[in-house]
Amino acid sequence: MLVKGLGISFDLSEDHLMIQDMIRKFAEKEVAPGAAERDRSMEFPREICMKLGELGLMGVNTPVEYGGSGMDSISYAIIIEELSRACASTGVVSAVQNTLAQLPLYRFGSEDLRRKYLPDLASGKKIGAYGLTEPSSGSDAGSLQTSAVKNGDSYLLNGQKVFVTNGTAADLYIVYATVDKSKGSRGISAYVVERTFPGFKIVRKEEMLGVRASGTAQIAFENCKVPASNLIGEEGIGLRIALTTLDSGRVSIAAQAVGIAQAAYEAALKYSKERSQFGKTISNFQFIQGMLVDMITSIEAARLLVYRASYLKDKGLTFTKEASMAKYFASTMSEKVTSHALQIHGGYGYTKDYPVERFYRDARVTEIYEGTSEVQKMVIARNILGG
Amino acid sequence: MKIAVLVKQVPDTAAQIQIKPDWSGIVEEGIKYILSPYDEYAVEEAVRLKEKFEGSEVTAVTVGPERAKEVLRTCLAVGVDRAVLIHDQENSFDPYSTAELLAKKLESLNLDLVLCGKQAADDDMAYMGGAAAQKLNFPFISLVVQIEILKETGKAKIRRQIEEGEEILEVTLPCVLSAQKGLNEPRYPSLPGMMKAKKKEIEEIKPADLIPDFASLAKTRQERLQPVPPRSAGRILKGSPEEMVKELVKLLRDEEKVV
Ligand SMILES: Cc1cc2nc3c(=O)[nH]c(=O)nc-3n(C[C@H](O)[C@H](O)[C@H](O)COP(=O)(O)OP(=O)(O)OC[C@H]3O[C@@H](n4cnc5c(N)ncnc54)[C@H](O)[C@@H]3O)c2cc1C
Repeated sequence: MLVKGLGISFDLSEDHLMIQDMIRKFAEKEVAPGAAERDRSMEFPREICMKLGELGLMGVNTPVEYGGSGMDSISYAIIIEELSRACASTGVVSAVQNTLAQLPLYRFGSEDLRRKYLPDLASGKKIGAYGLTEPSSGSDAGSLQTSAVKNGDSYLLNGQKVFVTNGTAADLYIVYATVDKSKGSRGISAYVVERTFPGFKIVRKEEMLGVRASGTAQIAFENCKVPASNLIGEEGIGLRIALTTLDSGRVSIAAQAVGIAQAAYEAALKYSKERSQFGKTISNFQFIQGMLVDMITSIEAARLLVYRASYLKDKGLTFTKEASMAKYFASTMSEKVTSHALQIHGGYGYTKDYPVERFYRDARVTEIYEGTSEVQKMVIARNILGG
Repeated sequence: MKIAVLVKQVPDTAAQIQIKPDWSGIVEEGIKYILSPYDEYAVEEAVRLKEKFEGSEVTAVTVGPERAKEVLRTCLAVGVDRAVLIHDQENSFDPYSTAELLAKKLESLNLDLVLCGKQAADDDMAYMGGAAAQKLNFPFISLVVQIEILKETGKAKIRRQIEEGEEILEVTLPCVLSAQKGLNEPRYPSLPGMMKAKKKEIEEIKPADLIPDFASLAKTRQERLQPVPPRSAGRILKGSPEEMVKELVKLLRDEEKVV
């Protein structure tokens, strides 16, 4: 939205406010109450995914003709922030479902693939996941080893993927594999692999520090037979698909980081006004005030970076650098803010009687997945220095 | 079925309400407004009935200022078909003329059923359903927790809550029913629902278009809205238990005069 003469506006539109209202209410009533328990039990929020799907929140940016809501990226950022404020696991589960599983299809997939898979993903009837990372290739995704060999009208996949969010619950996976190792990253292709395809296996569920209900799993392919029509786009463009998807994905992880930090800040603000020491509430102490001020200031700055990257995307402009900036800044911010929130709670913050220790654990991963902070810095550096 | 829902926009029930220094009303700045929570049940029930009986139409009607359109949009987003805003300008407080306006509009809709919340969350007046029913010459049942439409007989079976139990009633349609918590679990508006709601028109009516001499209608006037006096801080008695008990009994007897 542009304001005449100024060219900039910090107001959310009426639509965005209405969406924020709805999602906040939903998240507070339907998502937040079970968050601590899911963190303990590591149970995947399958039922919540169903409800999110019914509300059109599982295909926010997916075009309407494929069953999505066809909304803009700012709406999407608001939705992921609010979900993450209630439950970081649900936040990343939705982000993976919305972007990592669907964007490759609606941006690069054939009409048949789109019609076949998108409506069920956008409605939450099916869960999607994204398998890029392997045991020996993380930041250096271009060196992945999983192979795809064409055999008549199908491909045979062999290899392993690790850290697959939604992995335990997913019905289908966007899987990256190389058709020709000699071509390096130019040999990489992307496929839709259904859980029921022969040769597909879930190896194990990861036990993690945070986002424990995100169903993150290791998966393997042993001569896994994938129909040739499940190739997304064409052979060799896999890394481009992966990186294009991650540009958008990174903005949603930044939004997740903002949501977690916001929850931590609100908890700390409340606690600081309730806890008394030395005859007054701790909110009276300047060291506490200083932390609260740093927290809210950096949260707001991060949110603006998220909105800016989203805004550029909606205008159809390049936003790779801005997505990396948003993710780098927001995730670093979230780690600090949740740490401050824990500090403000003192010893109680270190226990499971308060939610801040969970926020602290959940925030940490935003500095790692969809490209570590170091990788974001590399992207930004390449953009500002050229080459 | 043709159904109307009476709705009201009220300050968020979680908002910190401040009364203006001159006691002329509340400070509106910075307040978030919402659909009155009991009205949500009424809206949800209307939409469920619409989904049950094919060819039904639900109209939401409110009397309020321009910003009340927001709650009408919320109604449209969850499946209400038509929305009407009757601008309130002059007699904005008077419930009597509000009921006149609503009834006048409802008369023109040829209704089978009118639903509303049991009371508005801001003034808790619990007046509108009954008053509108009276003016429309419809029966009225309050605090409803279940509605079963008996299509063949043109009646409805109603369950309502009373202190000692539940009352089951049969009523002829058209009627006015006020919703109590427990009637249903209101849905959330979906993203596609919200986008569809944006495209629907909100009918806007001036009071004088419904009632030409509307300005002279008011029978109630809000004189002022005064804050409750702040509670004085509690007192902590000091001394030995015997002394404290003695002091306490003395206070209860002489100062508070409760024993
Ligand atoms: C909870 C969770 C969920 C995940 N979900 C998914 C998913 O759904 N799908 C998926 O494909 N992946 C997923 N990942 C994987 C994630 O994207 C990778 O962990 C991440 O990209 C880092 O890769 P790595 O773990 O192999 O670390 P490495 O790449 O081995 O990095 C180790 C360290 O070296 C640094 N480093 C690496 N290269 C450089 C360099 N050139 N310069 C400076 N520093 C460098 C890194 O920043 C890091 O600090 C998930 C991870 C986690 C923890």
